[in-house]
Amino acid sequence: MDDLLLKSSSNDQKYKSIDVNKLIDLNYDLGTLLAEDTNDFDSNLLNQKKNDYLLQLTRDNTQLLINQIWELPTERVEEAIVVKLPIQKTRLPRMKPIPKPRPLTRWEEFAKAKGIVKKKKAKLSWDEHLKKWIPLYGFKKAQSEKEKDWVLEVPENVNPMEDQFEKKLHAKSERVAKNELQRLRNVAKAKKIKVPRVGVTNSDVSTAKDLQVAVTVAKSSTASLGKFQKELPKEKEAKGVADITPGASRKRKMPPVSGDVEKTENLAIVDSVLNKRPKLSIDAVVDKRVNIEQVQRNSRDKSSSSKKGKSTAKKPKGKAGQRKGGKKGGGRKRR
Amino acid sequence: MSVWQRVAKPTTRRGKRVLLKREPQVVEGPKRALFFQGRKCSEKVRALLKDLHDFKKPDGVKLNRKHDITVFENAKPVEDVCRKYEAPLFMLGSHSKKRPDNLVIGRMFNYNLLDMIELYVESFTGLKEFAESITLGTKPCLVFNGPLWEQTDELKQLKSLFIDFFHRETVENIRLQGLEHTLSFNATPDGKILLRSYKIILKKSGVKTPRVELDEIGPRVDFTLRRSKLPDEDLMKEACRKPKELRVIKKQNISTDELGNTHGRVHMGKQNIKTIQTRKMKGLKKTAAERKAEKLKILKVVNNNEAVAENGDR
Repeated sequence: MDDLLLKSSSNDQKYKSIDVNKLIDLNYDLGTLLAEDTNDFDSNLLNQKKNDYLLQLTRDNTQLLINQIWELPTERVEEAIVVKLPIQKTRLPRMKPIPKPRPLTRWEEFAKAKGIVKKKKAKLSWDEHLKKWIPLYGFKKAQSEKEKDWVLEVPENVNPMEDQFEKKLHAKSERVAKNELQRLRNVAKAKKIKVPRVGVTNSDVSTAKDLQVAVTVAKSSTASLGKFQKELPKEKEAKGVADITPGASRKRKMPPVSGDVEKTENLAIVDSVLNKRPKLSIDAVVDKRVNIEQVQRNSRDKSSSSKKGKSTAKKPKGKAGQRKGGKKGGGRKRR
Repeated sequence: MSVWQRVAKPTTRRGKRVLLKREPQVVEGPKRALFFQGRKCSEKVRALLKDLHDFKKPDGVKLNRKHDITVFENAKPVEDVCRKYEAPLFMLGSHSKKRPDNLVIGRMFNYNLLDMIELYVESFTGLKEFAESITLGTKPCLVFNGPLWEQTDELKQLKSLFIDFFHRETVENIRLQGLEHTLSFNATPDGKILLRSYKIILKKSGVKTPRVELDEIGPRVDFTLRRSKLPDEDLMKEACRKPKELRVIKKQNISTDELGNTHGRVHMGKQNIKTIQTRKMKGLKKTAAERKAEKLKILKVVNNNEAVAENGDR
């Protein structure tokens, strides 16, 4: 026992102590290797021997920090002793904002709404015609297509001189272009870039709406901005094309100022709703009529005694009756 | 086809990788720092920039040309330069009659200026003047002395800036023998900020923890505060947000006892007692008469339903 005490006392003389006394304990953030000493400076020492004092002060604080670090759990990694640091306490700002998840593409949105789930397809499939395993995609798939389509049927209703191979190739390139366009649109949407509308692309892929847009724009593209263009009986103008229609402005119509005008406008809306007639399709009516007559004839043939189907009320004909609207003044509407 | 606004599309794989790296990340690497000069720069500040750049290597970029920039008047040019070099931290040295030996420390969030503080370099002794040196690129211990660091907004911000500048990067493990550098920041009552840098020497102490001795290695700098731009509170909050992926979610209802066994508490939902099957007994069984009445009841209901259905057909 005495030996041990003696040894420790001799150790104390041999080595300097690692203990440091502080009035207020330091704040540590071991994750950042940070120590904060909130004790006041010794103003005398600071003024007289600034650098020595700072050295001594920092030594004490570093000693305290190292004491804390040495108590952390250690590990041995490749001949070196490492300590596991706790999570950093000091909150530092990030460089860049937190990444947001990629917005869904138009198809993904649609599929999600409809509950469409992607099915897994086999990578290889057996081709009965070629007696070969054909991959789902890739150059071998393209090769097999070529092998299979060495001859193409000419449909009945097309020009026999038309090259079907070229037509097929063209259709493929159109589909690729369309896909690229859609991809770019999705990219632009994700990056919030405004892109101009594409316009009318191709008669094969465009829809009825595109046609309407094309007509509206083409009609207004005269020197007089389409004022003297004739209108077809049931023609409607495409909506939302003000930015590509010459002479059209996107300004909204202001609501009427006086009460009288507002009243008449509102009454007109109510009238238009109340006066609505059921939609009649001439074809459907004619078909129905023909059908009824046929049934009558059949029943008469079978049994002349029963005359059930003879109750024929007058059906309204499509052409009869007053139509709303009618022909307006010539030229397109002024905006 | 009309012209699309350009979406930067990489032409090479490498370019793609570079662009991907530039996008916001969940876990960010060390912040790069940019060291550059304003219109004019004194020799003192230039030497200081060089020494601090040495400490920041390899995450530091030093520009040697002069830049016609005054950050406090217009921060846009600095933002642009920082974006170009992908450095969210910057240190700008300048010298003018009005503000001699000037040093601006600042940082960006998303390459928009977050905060910056202007300091006057009163005195400076460079790395070269000191005999001792350390291996560069080690993570330093940071020691902040003085009660003033917690008292004013400017100093709080300056402390945050200094930590951001010098802490290098967040690490999980650290090699004990690799602790060899201490940076000491002292905010004295006379309004000075004293930066000192020391080499740590670990000596035997007779116990496991070593005795620390320090050797000054420089640079030795005395700063005084000048102008400052504190961060916008909302922007700072946005910048300090932690991504969802990194947030630690506490596991509930799991505890460990003294023997190291793990205990879990499981909560049961409400049980449906009415339909539960209990023990079958003869006394609780239905009698023959009861069963017959029940059968009749069911038959009646079925007949009624059929009648209604027939009516509907007619």
